[in-house]
Amino acid sequence: MGLFKNYEGRYKYKRYLRNTCLAAVLLTLAVITLFPLYYMVISAFGPAVETGGGSYTLFPKKITLDSFRFFFSYSAYSLKWIWNSLVVAGITTVSNVVFASLAGYAFAKIRFPGCKFFFFLLLVAMMVPYQVTQVPLYILIANKMKLQNTYAALIAPGMVTCYNVFLAKQFFASLPTSIIESAKIDGCNQPRIVWKIVMPLSKTILSVMEITTFLGNWNTFFWPFLICNSESMQTIQVALKNFSFANTSYFSPMMAGATISALPMFILFFCLQKYFLEGVTVGAVKG
Amino acid sequence: MKRKETMWAYVFIMVPLCTFILFTLYPVISAVITSFQKYKPLGAEWIGVQNYIKTFKNDLFYKALINTFVYSIITVPVSMLLAFAISIMILPFTRRIQTGFKAVFYLPAIASGVALSFVWKWIYDPLPGGLLNSILEVFHIPNQNWLGSSKTAMASLIIMAVFGGLGQNVIIYIAALLGIDSTYYEAADMDGATFMQKIRCIVWPLVKPTTVFLAITGVINGLQAFQNAYLMTGGGPDNATTMAGLLIFNRAFTYFEYGEACAQALILTAIIAVFAVFQFKINAADVEY
Repeated sequence: MGLFKNYEGRYKYKRYLRNTCLAAVLLTLAVITLFPLYYMVISAFGPAVETGGGSYTLFPKKITLDSFRFFFSYSAYSLKWIWNSLVVAGITTVSNVVFASLAGYAFAKIRFPGCKFFFFLLLVAMMVPYQVTQVPLYILIANKMKLQNTYAALIAPGMVTCYNVFLAKQFFASLPTSIIESAKIDGCNQPRIVWKIVMPLSKTILSVMEITTFLGNWNTFFWPFLICNSESMQTIQVALKNFSFANTSYFSPMMAGATISALPMFILFFCLQKYFLEGVTVGAVKG
Repeated sequence: MKRKETMWAYVFIMVPLCTFILFTLYPVISAVITSFQKYKPLGAEWIGVQNYIKTFKNDLFYKALINTFVYSIITVPVSMLLAFAISIMILPFTRRIQTGFKAVFYLPAIASGVALSFVWKWIYDPLPGGLLNSILEVFHIPNQNWLGSSKTAMASLIIMAVFGGLGQNVIIYIAALLGIDSTYYEAADMDGATFMQKIRCIVWPLVKPTTVFLAITGVINGLQAFQNAYLMTGGGPDNATTMAGLLIFNRAFTYFEYGEACAQALILTAIIAVFAVFQFKINAADVEY
């Protein structure tokens, strides 16, 4: 017995009827939700012409790869955009996992002076909206450090996020301290404990962290848009904007680029769905 | 031994601490200082509370704040209610079908927001041949200039945001719903409770912490909304979709009024902080039933 009545025997048909109705409603909503994605992919196979609007086909008569070709020949940097995104998201992910694990371990399992204070700083930092930091951060990185159009500028501010440290700390705190104690008695030093004991025991949470960090950085628009104005250093998300002009746009090639940028994420999603979905609920649902 | 451990702890938190000082603490302090200055590349001029006065006298600032509130206060409940209904409807199915639906609803969150905003822009094409317009024509609803008219522009952004945020809410709600012990339902069945009574008296109270969490994080995110408005309408028409995030961005990076932008950002932060304090309190107090 649950929330829904469990029709048995003679009334079983009622259950089928109910489930069919529910499935119909859900599928309708699913179609609406997925429609923009469908449209993105289907448009990518359209002709590579400049369009001003008013020409829509839901089911294209002719499927061509022209727009994909156009996308790659549109700029000398088309491939570099994807590479840039990959570099930024990749390095950010690795550095987040490493540094968040180390710091998370320190906060969870070592009692050091100032431990509570630094952790409190972390919590406060998570609450600061980006509108406050955007201007000074831009001035700092663009004007003072002169790092405009560099990977360093794209990566540094997100090198390790407070949220990831928090996530690691929360999870590591639940690991039994006795394992760590016995490792210490056996003469294992602290970095080795993190590397050999804590991290292998936390594969799930670290995978979740990797995925959410990679996804977030791959799809991010605002900061790369602000800090990289040269075409060669744009990330793919920023570069998509190059295909749109005041009144017209290369819609199909843009969608081809969008599809290319979304494809790795979709593949990752279908392979590692569990971690993606876990990444949404972690820190949201208690108990 | 103990001293060595302490040393390692400091080494371990060194990088996050430096990132925090350099990219959060310093910018926040700098933002506060800048908000009292007229920023010039070489030596800023101290102008006291001028920036704040200017902001509070600016009609557009109030308009942006109202827009931001309207956007959050409609998007968040609508998206949550829809997600709640969907989660309930998914429940009677098997685990595999549940996961399938969760994946489907979450998929748009994985695609890049930039790409989706351009797709939606085309869905909202104002010409009679535009997608949404052609669909509505079937129902004899006249042609709308979705993003171009101040009457519909905000609604268009809201519809888009509702579907964009749906997946996350569905997944979180389902997790909460699956956490409800079935003995509650059994007891209710004994007492002859109807389906709606079960929803009202068991499900709704038990997922309340989740609802509150989603509402507050949703509002906090909504108040910071920037990207869709920037990419789709640019704040127009007639500033109907200018939201606080966009207003601050334009102040800073279109007009280069850094001081004023910082002042506006700090006022927005104060508003967000009120919601954040709520969240802190609720997270701190474990709600038990």
